[in-house]
Amino acid sequence: MASIQEIQSAIIEDFSFLPQWDERYAYLIELGQKMEPLPEAYRTEENNVRGCQSTVWLHRECRDGVMYLQSDSNSLIVKGLSALLMQVFSGQPAGEVVKADLAFFEETGLSKHLSSQRTNGLMAMIEKIKAFAAECASGKK
Amino acid sequence: MTLDIKKIRADFPILRLTINGNPLVYLDNAATTQKPQCVIDAITAYYTSTNSNIHRGTHHLSNLATEAHEAARKTVQAFIHAEHDHEIIFTSGTTESINLVAYSFGEAFVHPGDDVIVTEMDHHSNFVPWQMLCKRRGANFRVVPIDENGELRLDVLEGLLSDKTRLVAFNHVSNSLGTINPARKIIRMAHDAGAAVLVDAAQSVQHIEHDVQALDADFYAFSGHKIYGPTGIGVLYGKETWLDAMPPFQGGGEMIDLVTIEKTTFNKLPFKFEAGTPNIVGPIGMAAALDYLNALDFADIKAHEDEVFNYGHQKLLGIDGLTIYGSAEHHTSILSFNIEGVHHYDLGTLLDTQGVAVRTGHHCTQPIMTALGIEGNVRASLALYNTKEDIDSLVSAIHKAMKILGK
Repeated sequence: MASIQEIQSAIIEDFSFLPQWDERYAYLIELGQKMEPLPEAYRTEENNVRGCQSTVWLHRECRDGVMYLQSDSNSLIVKGLSALLMQVFSGQPAGEVVKADLAFFEETGLSKHLSSQRTNGLMAMIEKIKAFAAECASGKK
Repeated sequence: MTLDIKKIRADFPILRLTINGNPLVYLDNAATTQKPQCVIDAITAYYTSTNSNIHRGTHHLSNLATEAHEAARKTVQAFIHAEHDHEIIFTSGTTESINLVAYSFGEAFVHPGDDVIVTEMDHHSNFVPWQMLCKRRGANFRVVPIDENGELRLDVLEGLLSDKTRLVAFNHVSNSLGTINPARKIIRMAHDAGAAVLVDAAQSVQHIEHDVQALDADFYAFSGHKIYGPTGIGVLYGKETWLDAMPPFQGGGEMIDLVTIEKTTFNKLPFKFEAGTPNIVGPIGMAAALDYLNALDFADIKAHEDEVFNYGHQKLLGIDGLTIYGSAEHHTSILSFNIEGVHHYDLGTLLDTQGVAVRTGHHCTQPIMTALGIEGNVRASLALYNTKEDIDSLVSAIHKAMKILGK
C-alpha cells in the first residue's frame, strides 16, 4: 500500500490537472459519490460528527494497529473532502496517521474548508481520526 | 424622489472588489453591512486628529474627543426620536444591549414565579439572555410561536400575557425570514398587561422608519455595524424612568460618583451603564453612518429594497425545486431559501467561489429552523446598494452551482 505521503502527492497531482475551480469541485463531489456507501448500522450517535452546518458520520476501526475508516456527509462537498481523508488515512498504520500532516489541503486550494469556523465538521473529523489513531497505535483499541 | 443607486454604490469602496476574478456581489447584509467612505473617513479623522480619553481630561484633545463622542449620542437620539440624550446608552452591540437589560432589569424587577415572554423567531441574542435570566431568578420563560407564514401568533401572546408578565422581548424584524412584526400592537398589548417591552431593532433600524416614542418602546436595541457603521458599537435606548430604577450592569470607572471602602454611589445616566473607557470612536463612526442615511429618505430606501426583493423573489421562484421561507405580509428584503436535494453548505460554497456572498446555516435562530423543519438554509439579505443586477448574478451563480452539483 502506498504511504500517506505518496497518496497526498497523488491527490495534489490529480488536482493539478484541474485548473478551473468548477472542475475541482465537480471532481471532489464525484470522489464522494464513488465512496462505498456507509452501512446504516454505522450511522450512530457515536459516529456523528456535528459541524455547525453539515453533519459527518465517521466509522473507525482498529485492527492490529491499522486504521480502517468509512464516512458519509449530508453535504456533497464535505462528503468529497471526507473521501480524500479516507483515501489518505484508511488502511494506514495508526502510528503513521498520528504523525501525518495534511499538506494536500493547502496544495489543492481546499484549505478554506478547514477554517476555524467549525462550519462543516471537517476539522472535528480530523481531530477524531487523530485521537483514534493515538489510541489505536498505543494498543488501547 | 428615487435613490441614485449608482452614486450610492460609488460611496461604498468595498463594492469595487473582485473575488476569485468575479465582481463582489454582497448579499449578506443581515449579517453586516458595508461602510460608506464617510464612515471610514470619520474613523480615520478621529485617530488622526482627535484621539484622547474622554470625560476626564483637562486638555484640548480630551475636550475635542468628548465633544465628538457626546455629539454622536445626540445624533443617535435624533435618529430614533428619543426624548433625552441620556436615554442613549452606548454598548458593544445589540447583544450587549439585551444582556444589560436582562441583567439590570432582571435584578430589579423579575422575581420567582414571574413570566418573561420572547418569540420563536428571535435571534439567539434575544432568546438566550432571557432564558438565562429566568433560570437565575426562578421565573418562567414563555415563547410565542410563529404561524406557517412566518408571522407571530398574537393570539397565543394574548393568552400568555398576565399580571405575572414582567417583560416581553421581540425582534421588530426577523433576521431569518424578514418578517416585520406589528411592533406598536405588541407593545400596546404588553403595556395593557403591565409588562415592559424590549424591541430588538438590529434588523429593522436600517430598513424602516423608527421612532421609539411613537412605538412607546421601553427598551430598544440595535448595532452600528448593521446600519452601515463600524463593528463593536451598539445602542441601548431605555426610558429614563426604567433606566433610573435599574441597578448598574458592570462596575468600574466612568460609572461611579463616589467610591469609599464602605460603599460606592453611581454616576447619573447614561454613564451609570457605561463602565470603563468606552469605545470612543465607535459612536463617531456610527453617527457618520446615521448622517449618511439622514440625507436619504427611508420611504425611498424601503421602496428600492422592496423593488429588488420582489424581482429576486420572482426570479428565485423560477428555479426548479426552490422553496422560499417566510411569506409574511409585511417584510424587509430577506430571501431565505433551499433547493430540493441541495445542502445549503454546498450551495453557499459554490456561490462564494463565484463572488456571491450569502449566509448559510441556521442564522442563530435554531428555534425557527426547528419550526420550519429544516437544519438551515441559504439567506440572501439586501441593503440599499443592492440592485437587480446583483439578483441576476445570484441566479446565474445558482444555475452554475447546480450544474456542478450534478442537479
